[in-house]
Amino acid sequence: MTLYQLSSPSAFYPLTRPLARAFAALAAVCALAGLWIGFVLAPTDATQGEAYRIIFIHVPAAWMSMFIYVVMAFWSIVALAMNTRLSAMMAQALAPTGAWMTFIALWTGALWGRPTWGTYWAWDARMTSELILLFLYFGIIALRNAIDDPRRADRACAVLTIVGAVNIPIIYFSVVWWNTLHQGASVSFTRAPTMATIMVIGMLVMALAAWFYAIATALWRVRAIILERERGAAWVAELPLPSRA
Amino acid sequence: MMELLSMGGYGFYVWGAYGVTALAVILEVASLRTRIRAAERMAKGQGR
Repeated sequence: MTLYQLSSPSAFYPLTRPLARAFAALAAVCALAGLWIGFVLAPTDATQGEAYRIIFIHVPAAWMSMFIYVVMAFWSIVALAMNTRLSAMMAQALAPTGAWMTFIALWTGALWGRPTWGTYWAWDARMTSELILLFLYFGIIALRNAIDDPRRADRACAVLTIVGAVNIPIIYFSVVWWNTLHQGASVSFTRAPTMATIMVIGMLVMALAAWFYAIATALWRVRAIILERERGAAWVAELPLPSRA
Repeated sequence: MMELLSMGGYGFYVWGAYGVTALAVILEVASLRTRIRAAERMAKGQGR
């Protein structure tokens, strides 16, 4: 089967369940391993005490909140350029998971900031741009719900998603461009991490769990979206439904 | 056990973060399940 054939919703639909299940299992394994590393193997932090353990979810969620948006923007560009239905559906399927990740990043950041910086919230460049990201996700979901014709909604959401992508480098570089309360990256590709190795490993394993979780939920959601949007099609009528979700 | 709960005095923050994250995952998975079931029912109804 070629990639071109796979881009049809009817060809992709049967793959969504086995793929989603596999990624959900991987997510569960990584989350358990990450929690084990984060709570059992990783020692208490010398300056932050136990409060630092929040970063095992905060950092992966914050990474995913941005990364999911980049993937959405990619699918939106493909949807506009090639007019493929499945890419627009993929973008649609990612938005709620992206919004959840952004919410978790903001929430855990606030709970980490209070004991560490002395405040739950500040109108700092990193936090404000991350909050704007949450509103972008809400806006994209609301725009989709406001337009009855799915193909028109695809195009409108694709344009909004691509325009909103300007916010991603702003979030990413905010700690470099401005003097922010939020500190710079503790882990980067270009230099040694400023954290103990076991803490970095715990964070990376949790990041893997977040990746797999996002892929699994997006695949489950695209399965529902395909059914919702193709329900008049002959191939849907021939499906042995309902199956166990 | 109490040690794990108190998190060196940071229990409220640590468990507040992990608890709400767990709740978010449960809510998202539950709403996905509902959505897929509804979509399957709808597709079946249209098909017959």
